[in-house]
Amino acid sequence: MTEQWDPPRQRSFLEVNDLRVHFNTDDGVVKSVDGLSFKLERGKTLGIVGESGSGKSVSSMALMGLQRYAKAKMTGEIWLDGEELLSADDDHVRSLRGKKMAMIFQDPLSAMHPFYTVGQQIIEAYRIHHKVTKAVARKHAIEMLDRVGIPQPNSRVDDYPHQFSGGMRQRAMIAMALSCDPELLIADEPTTALDVTVQAQILDLIKDLQQEFGSAVIIITHDLGVVAELADDIMVMYAGRSVEQGGAREVFHSPQHPYTWGLLASMPRLDRDRSERLLPIKGTPPSLINVPSGCAFHPRCAYKDIPGDATTSQVPELVDIGNGHRVACHMSVDQRLRIWTNEIQPKL
Amino acid sequence: MLFVVSIAVFLIFFLLPRIGGATVDDLASRYVGKTADVTQIHALAVKLGFTDPLYVQYGRFLSGIFVGADYSTGPTTVHCPAPCLGYSFLQQQPVLPDLLDRFPVTLSLAVGGAIVWLAFGVSAGVVSALRKGSIFDRTAMGIALAGVSLPIFFTGLLALNIFSYTLGWFPPGGSYTDFTANPAEWAYDLALPWLTLAFLNAAAYARLTRAGMLETMGEDFIRTARAKGLPESTVVIRHGLRAALTPITTIFGLDIGILLGSSILTEKTYSLNGLGQYALQAITQNDLPKVLGVTILAATFVIIANLVVDILYVVIDPRVRI
Repeated sequence: MTEQWDPPRQRSFLEVNDLRVHFNTDDGVVKSVDGLSFKLERGKTLGIVGESGSGKSVSSMALMGLQRYAKAKMTGEIWLDGEELLSADDDHVRSLRGKKMAMIFQDPLSAMHPFYTVGQQIIEAYRIHHKVTKAVARKHAIEMLDRVGIPQPNSRVDDYPHQFSGGMRQRAMIAMALSCDPELLIADEPTTALDVTVQAQILDLIKDLQQEFGSAVIIITHDLGVVAELADDIMVMYAGRSVEQGGAREVFHSPQHPYTWGLLASMPRLDRDRSERLLPIKGTPPSLINVPSGCAFHPRCAYKDIPGDATTSQVPELVDIGNGHRVACHMSVDQRLRIWTNEIQPKL
Repeated sequence: MLFVVSIAVFLIFFLLPRIGGATVDDLASRYVGKTADVTQIHALAVKLGFTDPLYVQYGRFLSGIFVGADYSTGPTTVHCPAPCLGYSFLQQQPVLPDLLDRFPVTLSLAVGGAIVWLAFGVSAGVVSALRKGSIFDRTAMGIALAGVSLPIFFTGLLALNIFSYTLGWFPPGGSYTDFTANPAEWAYDLALPWLTLAFLNAAAYARLTRAGMLETMGEDFIRTARAKGLPESTVVIRHGLRAALTPITTIFGLDIGILLGSSILTEKTYSLNGLGQYALQAITQNDLPKVLGVTILAATFVIIANLVVDILYVVIDPRVRI
């Protein structure tokens, strides 16, 4: 603790500072999240994008306090509505979980208990945080199911998850997450397990409900299309760190990090000739035990020679290049802009 | 299904002695005095129906179950009322009343033991799974390994020696009080047999529960339950254990079915006069109808238990429902 006087300042609704989540394994320390910082205001949506293993899910679990059950070593700060969560005790975080912050998971079939009806599971979620009778909670559950667009909620409330279709299950999952009016909603790959036609419906639903409830939303995905549809801000994660973040418009229209370019170039587009090849990112995501030195992306980066030795010796800092658009890359802004406009953009 | 069992049981007990080389006269010879000559023995064999074709004998056995049967063992004819599970020629009495007489002992032993082993086994398994690798886990699993490996006649005698003869806490074997007469006395008398029986089964259940819990606690729905903000105890019991319970129910049903039929080892060790002892005596006396009766009864319990488990499955796992 420093004796320095901190000037009082308005914190964002959600503020994550230098979050690190490390796991001790027999093979070494897995640095799943290694120095992550971001802010999110009420009513806004943040899209977190990255490959599998980039630390997206682990950081969201850390926000929910679920990492406490996984014997992870966590440092940093998570401020939610003026409260620091990492140092708070388990019981307090538990009382916030489900009420102040809720989560939607990737596969709604495995995320719901197979032996309880959908109604029972929503009622349970509601009654932990509200002292009401079962009948009242049941009415609320039916209302919630109706709100997320499940037909005949009066009878569907007594169905089991396996009697629902994939899209309906995800709707029920959303109803469960929203049953206590959470101020922060984390959706971890909410559409990955669903049919394409259903995906759009679910995304629309999340968007509508966000406007209705005014909550802050974090959408975690590897699908840039999802983010383009929903997010106000985008954060691109690589090897447990944020490599680029900023407003959705900036990140989409003038991405500055070679990894973001790679993600954009890997997206199939219908309006392109099929003979044109996709441009996948070379190589595989790095091991989180032996993260490459310097810029973790350098072994896969086509432009690593431009900035020289710094790529392998120094970890690039996130630097603001204006409008809150921040990029962690050793190349200069001019170099990146030139590559983007001359080499990358024409190919997209 | 019971029909198949009755045929199988009948064939085993009536055919095996023949295959073993015994003639009908050999079978009948055990039911007459030592002084009887060959013709007398053969006359008895005919009278007892041993010379009839197999299907006739089986038909007689089966009709006995449904309408009762008459057996003539000499000058008098005895009626064995339905359901007649057989007639012991040695003791000159029907088998069923004997069985019913002894059933409460076996039932008490099985039910009491089951409660004890469920309580210990399941809770030990849950705690072991939650604290995987802890000292508790290692100790409990070590004991469980011993429990699974050690036979009842070893643990039972050991328990008798320590708790009954040395410490004097429990009565030595052979005491049994009817539940209806004095429940406290009933429990006290049976405590040691229960513990012995439970030790064996609790060990198996602890291992089973531990494995099941380790699996379910890693499931996505556990993460969801925690994300709702449920207290950890609710997460473990309502969500984790509930899902791990299915295989335990299956095994439990089968175990109870088998135990109701007879728990020969426990009953012998503690000199309890249950079905197991009865079967054992019948076997040593070569009293085939008795053995046959016990076997049929035991098979019936196993089948009923299986049926109950199948029905319970629908209650436990809604995905089984059509």
